Amino acid sequence: MSVYQNNEINEEETSRTLSLVVDNQPGTLARVIGLFSGRGYNIESLTVTEIDNARNLSRISLVTRGTSMTIEQIKSQLLRIVPVHIVRDLTLEGPFIESELALVKVVIKGANRVEALRIAETFRARTLDVTLSSFVFELTGKPSKIDAFIELMQSLGDTEISRTGVSAISRGNKTETKLLEQI
Amino acid sequence: MTADKTITGAEAVIKALVENGVEIIFGYPGGAVLPLYDAIFDNKNIKHILVRHEQAAVHAAEGYARSTGKVGCVLVTSGPGATNAITGLTDALMDSIPVICLSGQVPTHLIGTDAFQEADTTGISRPCTKHNYLVKNANKLCDIIHESFEIASTGRPGPVLIDLPKDIQLTRVQYDKKIDKTKNKLIKNKSKIDPKVITKVAELLISAERPIIYGGGGVINAGPKASNLLTELVDLLNSPVTLTLMGLGSVSNDHKNFLGMLGMHGTYEANLAMHNCDVMLNVGARFDDRVTGRLNAFAPKSKKIHIDIDKSSINKVVSVDFGLIGDCKEVLTTLIQEIKKLHNQKKLKTKINWWAQINDWKKINSLGFKQIGKNIKPQQAIKSLYDRTKHIDTYVTTEVGQHQMWAAQYFGFSKPNHWMTSGGLGTMGYGLPSSMGVQIAHPDSLVIDISGEASFLMNMQELSTIVQYKLPVKIFILNNQWMGMVRQWQELNHGSRYSESYTESLPDFVLLAKSFGIKGLRVEEIDKLNQTIDEMIETKGPVIADIRVEKEENCFPMIPSGAAHNEMILGSEDKPKDTSDAGLALV
Repeated sequence: MSVYQNNEINEEETSRTLSLVVDNQPGTLARVIGLFSGRGYNIESLTVTEIDNARNLSRISLVTRGTSMTIEQIKSQLLRIVPVHIVRDLTLEGPFIESELALVKVVIKGANRVEALRIAETFRARTLDVTLSSFVFELTGKPSKIDAFIELMQSLGDTEISRTGVSAISRGNKTETKLLEQI
Repeated sequence: MTADKTITGAEAVIKALVENGVEIIFGYPGGAVLPLYDAIFDNKNIKHILVRHEQAAVHAAEGYARSTGKVGCVLVTSGPGATNAITGLTDALMDSIPVICLSGQVPTHLIGTDAFQEADTTGISRPCTKHNYLVKNANKLCDIIHESFEIASTGRPGPVLIDLPKDIQLTRVQYDKKIDKTKNKLIKNKSKIDPKVITKVAELLISAERPIIYGGGGVINAGPKASNLLTELVDLLNSPVTLTLMGLGSVSNDHKNFLGMLGMHGTYEANLAMHNCDVMLNVGARFDDRVTGRLNAFAPKSKKIHIDIDKSSINKVVSVDFGLIGDCKEVLTTLIQEIKKLHNQKKLKTKINWWAQINDWKKINSLGFKQIGKNIKPQQAIKSLYDRTKHIDTYVTTEVGQHQMWAAQYFGFSKPNHWMTSGGLGTMGYGLPSSMGVQIAHPDSLVIDISGEASFLMNMQELSTIVQYKLPVKIFILNNQWMGMVRQWQELNHGSRYSESYTESLPDFVLLAKSFGIKGLRVEEIDKLNQTIDEMIETKGPVIADIRVEKEENCFPMIPSGAAHNEMILGSEDKPKDTSDAGLALV
C-alpha cells in the first residue's frame, strides 16, 4: 500500500495558523483565495492588512484545516504564487499568540441588561454603544473566548456579530527581519 | 522635462520584447491593441505571425517555446481576444511552458463599465497563468515586461499574461532597460540540495537491486544538457529507464536501457518495472494520474526519490522517501558526481536478475499488432511514418486522443525538444497551431502534425496561416471517422453505447487542401501507405495527408481506469475485469 493512502485515511485533520507576507498589490489576495477554492482547501479565517507601507508589504493571517500532507501542499502551493514571499506555519513553529476582535450587538430590555454588563465585565469587553434597549460590546482575544462570549449574549437577546478574523504572531524574541531582507 | 520621453507605451512594450530576445510574436489584432500593432508595423526586429484564432496563437507560441527552449510570445486584443487565449494559457500552465501573453484592455477610465470588448482578463486568467498583471501605471510598463520574462522562464516555467489598457499603450514613457534585480526576488525558488540527502540518495541508487528511473517534462525544460545527464546516469547505474509522455526524447529511443513510455498506454515492461522496482528515481515528472494508475497499488515495495524544481510537486499525490528540490540539470550533476565518488568504494549491484526479468516482460511484445488485410492499421501508419523519416531532423506535434498515444508508442524520439504534445490539459486542436510555431523556429526541418480527424477540425482555420506564411507543415491525419479515444472508453466502460462519438459530415480533406492551394493526399490501402508518406515528405509545401485507417482499432496496451500497473490489458482479447465504480468516475 502506498503511504499516501494510509495518510489520507488514518490521519486526522488539524487546524493550522499560517502567516504570510505578500506584496500589497491588486490580485494577490485573489490568487491566495483562488488557490484555496480551486484546489479544494478550507479557509476558516483570513485577515489581510498592510504591514509595511514603504516596502508595500501586507500580512495575511490564515487559519486552515487539513492533514499534515495537505497542509504541506497548501504551504508549497502558496509559495508558488509570485507575490507571496514568506509562508510561516505558526502552529508548527512553536508557541504563538492568536487574537481576534469582535463587535457584538445585543438587544436586551429589563433585568437581563445587568446580566449582560456583568458578563461583559468578566470577559473584559468594552461597551461602545448603549441605548435603552441595546448594547454594542467590543471584545478581543482568542477565538474560543469570543465564541463563548457570543454564545452567552445570544441567550440574552437578539444579537448581531462582526468579527475581524484571527491575527497571529509567534511568541519570543524572534522576528522576520532577516527573512524580509531577502525579499 | 518631456523631451526625453520620446516613445509611446506601445513602442516601449515592443522594445522591451526585443530586449528580452523575442523575434517572433503570434497574434491577432483588434481595437484595444491598435497602438501595439502600430508599433510593430515598422519594427524590423520582430516578426508578427497573424493566426486565425487566438487559441492557436498561444499553441503556436508553445510549439515555438518547446522546440527552442525560448519564451513564446503572444499578442491578443481585449475581451474575446483574451478569452479565446485562455485554453492555450491553461495548456501552457499544465505543461509548464514559458509563454508571455500581451492582451489589450479598454482604457483605464472605462475599466469596470462593461465597455465594448471589455472582459476582466486578469480575473479570468488568474488561475491559468503563473502570474499576471494589469498595467495601470505606464511608468512601470518596462519593468513589468522584463519581470514577466524572468517569471515565465525561471523556476517551473509557465505562462504570464500582461493586460495593457489602450491609454497606457498611448502614454509617452521613458524606456527602462532590464536590470538584474530578480536575483533576490526569486530566492524562494532557489534549489535547496542538502549534501547529506544527496549522499543517501546516491547510496540508495548504488545499492538498488531493481532500480527504475522515470523521467518527465522537467528534464526537457531543464535544457538538452539535462537529457545528456539523465542518459549518463542511466549508463552509470545500468538502470532501466522509462519516460512520461512529456519526457519523450530526453533519453534516446534506441538506448538499450529504454523501456518505452510508461503509464496508461505505456509498455508492459515499463509499467511492470515500475510496479516491481525496489528503488524509483523520478526526475522532473509529477506522478500524474495517467502515470501512476491506482495510487494505493503504485510501486508498492519501492523507496522513492523525486527530483523536481517545484516543491509543491513533491509529496503531492505520492509520498516519497527523498525529495530533491531543484533544476534537473543541477541536481543530476551533483548526484552523478556523488555516485561516481561512492562508486569507487562500493560495487554496483549487477542487476542480472532484474534485467532478466525485464527481458521476459519485453517478450510479451505489448506494442505488437497484426497488420492483416488491406486496411491500414493506425499503428502501422505511425510506424511507417517513423521509418521513413528517422534519417531526417523531424519535429512531431500531435493533437489529443488515440493518434497521440500511437504516436508516443510507435514514433521514436532520439533527441529532446522534438516532440510537442498537449500532456496535462489534453487539448484537442493543439497540434496544428503548435506545428506552425515549430516550423517557424526551424524553417528547414521536417515538421509533422500527427492528427486525428476530429482534433484537426478544432483548429483547421490555421490552414490559412500555414498558407500565408508558406509553412511546409505536414498534417498526417489518422482518419477513422470516430473520436477514437472516446469510442474506445465507451466500448470498454459503457457497453459499446457510442454516444455522440461518431464524426458525421467530415470534409473531403483532399479537396479541403486544394481549396487552400496546398497538396492533399489520401491513402486507403496498406500497399500505398509508404508511397503516400514519401510523397508527403518530398512535397516542398504544406500537405494534408488523409490516412484512412482501421475504424475501430483500440489503443493498447492499457491500464484501465482505476487499475494498477500490474493490471494492464494487452489487447481486445484480454477482457478487463469490470471497471470499479471508483474507476468509472475517473477521467
